[in-house]
Amino acid sequence: MENFLEKRRKRQYQYLLFFALAIFLFPVFVRSKYLLNVMVFSGIHTIVVVGFCLLMGYAGQVSLGHAAFFGLGAYTSGVLTVKFGFNPWMAFGAGIILTACVAYIIGVPSLKLKGHYLAMATLGFGIIIQIIFVQWRSLTEGPSGLVDIPGISIGGFKFNTDFKYYYFVWIFAAVAVFFSLNIVQSRVGRALRALNKKEIGAEAMGVDTAKYKVQVFVLSAIYASVAGSLYTHYITFLSPEGFTFPFSVLILVMAVFGGLANIWGGAVGAISLTILPEFLRAYKNYDIIIYGVILIAVMMFMPNGILGLVESAIDRIKAKRRAA
Amino acid sequence: MDLIEVRNVSKSFGGLRAVSDLTFNLGRGKIKGIIGPNGAGKTTIFNLISGILTIDSGEIFFKGTVLNRLKPYQIAYLGLSRTFQNLQIFDNMTVIENVMVGLHPRTHSEILHAIFRLGRSRNEERYIFEKAYEALQSVNMESRAAEMVSGLPFGDQKLVEVARALVADPEVIMLDEPVSGLNTQEIERLDDLIRKINAQGKTILLVEHNMRFVMNICEEVLVVNYGKMIAEGDPSQIVSNRDVINAYLGEELRIA
Repeated sequence: MENFLEKRRKRQYQYLLFFALAIFLFPVFVRSKYLLNVMVFSGIHTIVVVGFCLLMGYAGQVSLGHAAFFGLGAYTSGVLTVKFGFNPWMAFGAGIILTACVAYIIGVPSLKLKGHYLAMATLGFGIIIQIIFVQWRSLTEGPSGLVDIPGISIGGFKFNTDFKYYYFVWIFAAVAVFFSLNIVQSRVGRALRALNKKEIGAEAMGVDTAKYKVQVFVLSAIYASVAGSLYTHYITFLSPEGFTFPFSVLILVMAVFGGLANIWGGAVGAISLTILPEFLRAYKNYDIIIYGVILIAVMMFMPNGILGLVESAIDRIKAKRRAA
Repeated sequence: MDLIEVRNVSKSFGGLRAVSDLTFNLGRGKIKGIIGPNGAGKTTIFNLISGILTIDSGEIFFKGTVLNRLKPYQIAYLGLSRTFQNLQIFDNMTVIENVMVGLHPRTHSEILHAIFRLGRSRNEERYIFEKAYEALQSVNMESRAAEMVSGLPFGDQKLVEVARALVADPEVIMLDEPVSGLNTQEIERLDDLIRKINAQGKTILLVEHNMRFVMNICEEVLVVNYGKMIAEGDPSQIVSNRDVINAYLGEELRIA
C-alpha cells in the first residue's frame, strides 16, 4: 500500500512552492506602491489567520481575543524600542516570549471551558488587554499613541520601503504556512483534529486533550504576536484602536471566509478580505453594505469558505470523470 | 492479582445510583460480557474503568495500578483501550488517520518535532501509517483506508473503531455494544474477529444486548441490574439463574 498521506504532504509542499513563486513575482509586475502596501497588510493578516485556523479550524477552540495577542506583540516591539532603546529584533523576541506566557496563563484555565463560554472568556481577556493599552500611559502613551517607532533591519540592510517590507513580511508568512502544514500532518495535528469534535474519543485513545489545546492556543498566539511586531515596524505608529474587539472578529471572519479547516483557507481569507475593502472604496458610502452582503453570501452558500467550495467542485469533477 | 479488579465501586448521578457497590475481576486472556436491562449501569461501568467518569467510592485496579485518579488518556497509556456504543469516530479524517490516532500512546513526536519535521517525526509517521494499515487489514478494511470515515456505513465505522482500539496493542479491549446495529452477517464477522483478537492474547470485556452473541462468545458473564451485580458465572449458569430470569422477564413471573 502506498502511503497516500506522504503523497498528500508532497502536494501541499508543491502548492506552497507555487504560492511562494506567485508572491515573489508579484512586485516584479506590480510596482504600485499602494498595492504593495495592501499586500504587506495581507501578509501580516495571513500570519495571524493561519495561526487562528490551527486553533479554531483544526482544534475547534474558539478565540475572540486574538487582537490582544496581536497587540501584545505590536506593543512589546513598540514600547521596548521607543522607551527602552531595544534592538527591534530583541523586542521582537521579547514580544513572542511575553505573548506566549500570557497565552499560557490565560489558556490553562479558559480552555477548560467549551464553546460559547470559551468565546466569552477570550473576549473578556481581549478587552482587559485593550484597557491596559489605553491606560498604561507611561509605557503606551494611551490613546494619543506611540510614535517614532524605528524600522527593522538585518545587518545594515533596512526594510524601509514597501517593496523591501513586502518581501520581509511574506518570508514570515510563507514560513508560518510551512510550519502549519507540518503540524497539521503529524501526530499532533491528528490529535488536534481528533479532539475537535470527539473529545472523549480522543482522550480514550491516549490524547492529553488539555495539553494539546493549550499548546495550539499558545502557538496561535505566537503567530499573532509575530504579525503584531511586523505591523509595528511597518507603520511605525501604534494606537490602541487597532487592537480592539472588531479586529478579533475580523480575524475570525477571514478564517471562516477562506475556509477554517484548511491552512490555505487562512491565507486565502486573509488576502481576499484585506484586498476586498480596497476595491469597494470606489462605491463610497455603500462599501460597508456591499462588504456585509458578500460576507453573508459566503456564509450562506459556502459554509466551508472559498476553499471549501473549490474543493467540493474538484471532487465533483473527479467523481464525474470516474463515472465516465 | 487479576488484570482488572473492580472493588466495591459506586457511582451516583444526582439521586440515581447508577453503579452500586460493584465488585468483579477480569482475568488475563478472558472474554467477559456484562449484560443487564437498559439503564442497568453497564456503560457507566465502562466509563468508570476507562476514566471518563470519576468513581464516587471503591477502587479499580489495572495490573495492580489504581485507576481512580487517572485521566482517560493516562489509562490508555497503560494499555487499556475501548470502543463506544454511540461511536466516537473522528469524522473529519480519513479511515486510516482515525486508526493512526489510536497509536498516540505508543508514539512520541511532539509539536516541535512536527513543526520542523525532525527525523524522529518523519520516521515515526511512516511507522504509524504502516501499523495503522496492518490494523485495518486485521478488520478487512484496508481497501477503504483513503476514504473519509464519515462516508462509511455504520457497521464499517464500528470496525474502524475496533481497528483504532487494536492498533496500539493494548492488553485489554473494552467493546461497548459491538454488535448493536449490525446485521447477521456482520455479527458473524465480528464474532470471528473477537475470537481472533482473543487468541492473540488480548483480554476482552464487552457490554452487549444480543444474548445469543454474548452466550456464544463469552467465557464469563456478569449480570447487572439497577447498578448492582445480580449474577456472575459462565453462560450456562447465567441462563438458568432465577434472578437473571426475573430481571429480564419481570416480576410478574414470580407471581405467576
